[in-house]
Amino acid sequence: MSTTTPPSSTSTPLGVPSVRTGTEDVPRLPEGVGLKKKDFTAANEVRWCPGCGDYAVLAAVQGFLPELGLRKENIVCISGIGCSSRFPYYLDTYGMHSIHGRAPAIATGLATSRPDLSVWVVTGDGDALSIGGNHLVHAMRRNVNMTILLFNNQIYGLTKGQYSPTSKVGTVTKSTPAGSVDSPFNPVSLALGAEATFVARTLDSDRKHLTSVLRAAAEHRGTSLVEIYQNCPIFNDGAFEVLKDRDEAQARLVPLVDGEEVRYGREDAQKVVVRTSGGGVEAVDAADADGREVVVHDAGAQDPSQAFALSRLDGPSMAHVPVGVFRAVRRPTYDDLVREQVAAAREQAGGPASDADLDALIAGGDTWVVR
Amino acid sequence: MRLESPTPDAPTDPREDGGGTTTAPGEKPVERVSGVVIRFAGDSGDGMQLTGDRFTAETATLGNALATLPNFPAEIRAPQGTLPGVSSFQLQFADHVVLTPGDAPDVLVAMNPAALRANVGDLPRGGVIIADADEFSRRSLQKVGYTVSPLEDGSLESYQVHALPLTSMTVEALADSGLSRKDAERAKNMFALGMLSWLYDRPTTATERFIATKFAKRPEIRDANLTAFRAGWAFGETTEGFAVRYEVAPAEHPAGTYRNITGSTALAYGLATAAHKAGLPLVLGSYPITPASDILHALSGMKRFGVTTLQAEDEIAGVGIALGASFGGSLGVTTTSGPGLALKAETIGLAVMLELPLVVVDVQRGGPSTGLPTKTEQADLLQAMYGRNGESPLPVVAASSPTDCFTAALEAVRIAVTYRTPVVLLSDGYLANGSEPWALPAVADLPTIDPAFATGPNGAGDDGTPAFRPYLRDPETLARPWAVPGTPGLEHRVGGLEKADVTGEISYEPDNHEKMTGLRQAKVDGVDVPPLEVDDPVAPDGSRARVLVLGWGSTYGPIAAAVRDARGEGLQVARAHLRHLNPFPPGLGDVLRAYDRVVLPEMNGGQLALLLRARYLVDVQSHGRVRGRPFSAGELTDVVRDAVRDLPEHDTATPARAGHGSGSGAVTESPQEARR
Repeated sequence: MSTTTPPSSTSTPLGVPSVRTGTEDVPRLPEGVGLKKKDFTAANEVRWCPGCGDYAVLAAVQGFLPELGLRKENIVCISGIGCSSRFPYYLDTYGMHSIHGRAPAIATGLATSRPDLSVWVVTGDGDALSIGGNHLVHAMRRNVNMTILLFNNQIYGLTKGQYSPTSKVGTVTKSTPAGSVDSPFNPVSLALGAEATFVARTLDSDRKHLTSVLRAAAEHRGTSLVEIYQNCPIFNDGAFEVLKDRDEAQARLVPLVDGEEVRYGREDAQKVVVRTSGGGVEAVDAADADGREVVVHDAGAQDPSQAFALSRLDGPSMAHVPVGVFRAVRRPTYDDLVREQVAAAREQAGGPASDADLDALIAGGDTWVVR
Repeated sequence: MRLESPTPDAPTDPREDGGGTTTAPGEKPVERVSGVVIRFAGDSGDGMQLTGDRFTAETATLGNALATLPNFPAEIRAPQGTLPGVSSFQLQFADHVVLTPGDAPDVLVAMNPAALRANVGDLPRGGVIIADADEFSRRSLQKVGYTVSPLEDGSLESYQVHALPLTSMTVEALADSGLSRKDAERAKNMFALGMLSWLYDRPTTATERFIATKFAKRPEIRDANLTAFRAGWAFGETTEGFAVRYEVAPAEHPAGTYRNITGSTALAYGLATAAHKAGLPLVLGSYPITPASDILHALSGMKRFGVTTLQAEDEIAGVGIALGASFGGSLGVTTTSGPGLALKAETIGLAVMLELPLVVVDVQRGGPSTGLPTKTEQADLLQAMYGRNGESPLPVVAASSPTDCFTAALEAVRIAVTYRTPVVLLSDGYLANGSEPWALPAVADLPTIDPAFATGPNGAGDDGTPAFRPYLRDPETLARPWAVPGTPGLEHRVGGLEKADVTGEISYEPDNHEKMTGLRQAKVDGVDVPPLEVDDPVAPDGSRARVLVLGWGSTYGPIAAAVRDARGEGLQVARAHLRHLNPFPPGLGDVLRAYDRVVLPEMNGGQLALLLRARYLVDVQSHGRVRGRPFSAGELTDVVRDAVRDLPEHDTATPARAGHGSGSGAVTESPQEARR
C-alpha cells in the first residue's frame, strides 16, 4: 500500500460510523456500580503448572476487565485448545473452550450476530498460527470486532513439548531431536501482513504494560491482535529470560509510543531506531545516529510499512524487541457492515418480516391457482 | 394466508385458457398426449439449463404435473463440442401425477454432435430427435468420433429425426439486430425454446417477461433473445416439418396456489421460514461447494427476513461461525456437500458436546473425495450418522423430493432447537437441482418453534442458593437449557471437554462420562418422531403384500413410480419411505418384520440396509446403485417384480425371512426389540 492510498474507510460507500470503540454497543453497568477482580474470578481451581506465565495474564485480565465498566454477562471469552485455551474456565463470564484452532471462526459467528457482546479470543502459538492459521488471518483480514490474545511461548505445552510455529530454528524437542528446521512465524509481522487493524506485543511479566495494551485493544473497534510473550516453565523455560531481567530488559525492549521517536536502551547505552536506505529500519547507538532519520512511531498510519519494518527489528537473538502498539487504524469492521446490510434490507422493507412477507417470498413470481 | 393473485399476465387457471387457442381453422391439428419427456442437450455454453428452466416454468404455469433432472458437467466450460462438455436438462410433464423426470426421453433436442452422441443411447426407438444441423460440421463430428454425420448415414433410421438449421435460422432472424454473427448464434437456445414452446403449446408470456428482465440492462441482447424466441415459435408454426402440435392437459392438482421450485430453493425457504416461526435470527456460515452453493445464494438474498449469511474462509469456519451464532442465541446453519461434511466433523462433534442447536445441511453428491461433484448419490448417510470421533449421536433427517426440502428443513430446525442438538439434514444433487410444482403452504398455519431460552437460575448451588445448572436437563426432552450471553446471572462455560452431569463443570470421572454418553444418546433416541406410514392397500381378495419396498431421501419418486407400475401389473407390494434416519420412527422393526421380504433401493452400497440389519436383525435386501443419477422407475419396477415373483410359498410356521439372503434372516424376532 502506498502512502497516497486513501484509508479504506473513506472509500467504502457503506457509511461507516466515524469513531466508535470496540465496546460501544455493549451494555454498561449503571453509574456508580462497579465490579471487582473477584467478580471475574470463576470458582474453578486453576490448573496450570506452577510458575506458568498464564497465571500472570489471567490476573491481569481479571484485574483489567472491571475497568471496562461493562455488564459481565455481556463479556464472552472463546478459546481453542492448548494450555492457554483453558482460560475461559477461570473467567467468570460466558465462555467457550472450543476445538483446536477454530476459536476465531466461532467468535466471528458470535460477534457478527451479537453486537452487544465484548468478544475475547484466547489462543496460543500452536493453536492460532499452526492448526488455526487460516481462521486467524481471515479474522484479521475481515476486521471482526474482537480482541485476540495470542499467548506465545514458542512451544507446544499441552502435548508435552513439541516445537511450535514460533520456535526458533534448531529448537531441540521430543519431535525434533536433531533440532527443528522450520522457519518460525513472527506473529506481529504475520498480523500486519494479514491487514490487521490493531497489532500489539506485550509480556506476561510486565503487568502494567500488559494492562495498557489490553486497554488499547479493547478500545479498538475491529480485530485486535495482542501477542503476549509467555513463559512455559516446563517445556521451554527461560525463552524470554533476557527480557525479564530488569537490566537486560532495559537494554533490549523497544517501547513503541505513538508520535514519539523510537528510542530505548540503558541510560549509558542509548539506542535509536533509524531508517535504512533499503526502506527498513535498524537499531543503532544514539551516539552514531547523526544524520540518520530517527523513526517516529505512527501507529495510526494507514500504510503498514513502517509498522512492518519495526516488527522485523526483532530477531531470534532478542537484541531489540519492540513492544507496544504497532498499529491501530480505523477500518470498517466486518460485523458492522454485515449487520448494516441486514438492517438496511429490513428497514427498506418496512421492518421485521411478517407471515405474509414470508408467504410472498416463497410464492416467488410465477404462481398459478388450482380451484 | 393464501396468495390468490398470481402475476396479472399469467394465466390464472390453465384449464380456462391453457389450450384451445390453436384449434382455429387453418392451423395445424393438435394431438392430445398424456405426458412427454423432453431432454435438452447441448454444449455447456449453449444455455441448456436456462432453456430447460424456462420450458419448465412455462409448463408449470400451464398446470401440468412435472419433474426435472438437470445434468451438467463439473467443468464450467469443458472444451467446446466434446462429450465431457455436454450439459442436459430433462423434464417429464403430464396430465397425471408425475413422480420422476422420466426414465427415457421421448424427445431429444441435440444442439451439436456431442449432445447427440452422449444422449441418443437413452432414446427409445421411435423417439424424436431435433438436431441443429448447422453444428454437424466435419470438425464437430470428428471431435466426438463420428466419421460420417449420423444425420446422413441412416444410423438414426429408427428415430424421427428433425435435422434443422437452428443456428443459421437464428442468425438470419437476427440479421437486422446489429449483433455480430457470434453473438447472434448465442441466441439459438431461445430459438429452440420458441420452437418447442410452439410444438407443445406452452404459454410464452412468462418467458418473454423473463428475457426482458434478465437482459434489461442490455437492450440489444434482450431484443435478440426475444426475436430468436419468437422466430422459433413462428418457425414451428409454419414449417412443414412438424405436421401436428401436441397438447398436454393440466394435471389434477388439489386446490391451492402453486409455483414450480427446485429443492435447494425450497430448502432455503424452509430454513428461513423455520427461523421465522422460532423467532430466531438465522445465521448461515458456509463455504461454496457444488451442489450446495445454491442454498447459500438463496439465503444471501433474504436479509430482509433477518437472515445473515457469512461466506467463510473454509468449511470448518463455516460451521464454526454457525455454532458461534447458535451460542449467541441465533439459529446457526451451515450448508455443504460430502467432502465439506468431512471437514466439519470435528465442529459438529463439539456441537454434540455443547448441546446447542445447529443445522448442518449436506447436499450429497457422488463420492468419495471430490467424486462426482455435479452428480447425485446418497452415500453420505453413514458419514452423517457416524462421521465423528467418540460416541456422538445426532438426529438425521432426509428430504424426499424437491418440494419436501421445505418441510424437511422445518423438521430439522424443530429438532435442533427443541433438543439443543446438531441435526444433519440430507438432500442430494437430484433434489437440489430438480424441480416440481409446489402447493404453497400458508406460513401462518405452520407450527411455531419455541426456543425457550433460559432466563434465570434453574437449580441450587452447593450452598442451597439459586444457581444456574447448564447441564440440568428437561425431563421430557433431555435438552439442556439454552442460556445465551447477555442473560444476567447465567454466566457459564461450555466446551469440548466432558461435562459433569447437571453442573457442567469439567469432569474426567469414569461414571460421569458413561452417564453423559448415555444421556446424549437417550436424548437423540427420544426425539419425537411420527410413526412410519406404510402404503399397503389390501387387495380385493383380502390378501396382503408380502414385499415391502423401503426407501429414504430422493429415491421417493422412482420407488413410488415403480410400485405404482408394479401394482398396475397386478403385483401386490407395500411401500414406505423414511424421513427420519436417526432416530428411526417408532415401530419400524415391527413394520420390517411384518413382511416376508424388504427391498431397499438406495444410491449407495447399501448403507441404510446395513443400519437396519444391525438394528433390527432383519434381512433387508439392498439394491444399491451409484451411477450418479437417480434410479429410473423402470429399473425399480424390475426390482419389485423380481422380489415379488421369486418369493417362496408361504410357510406359515416360519414367518419372516427364513430362506432369503444371509444368515441373519433366520432370526425371527430381534432380541433387541424383545427387550423393550
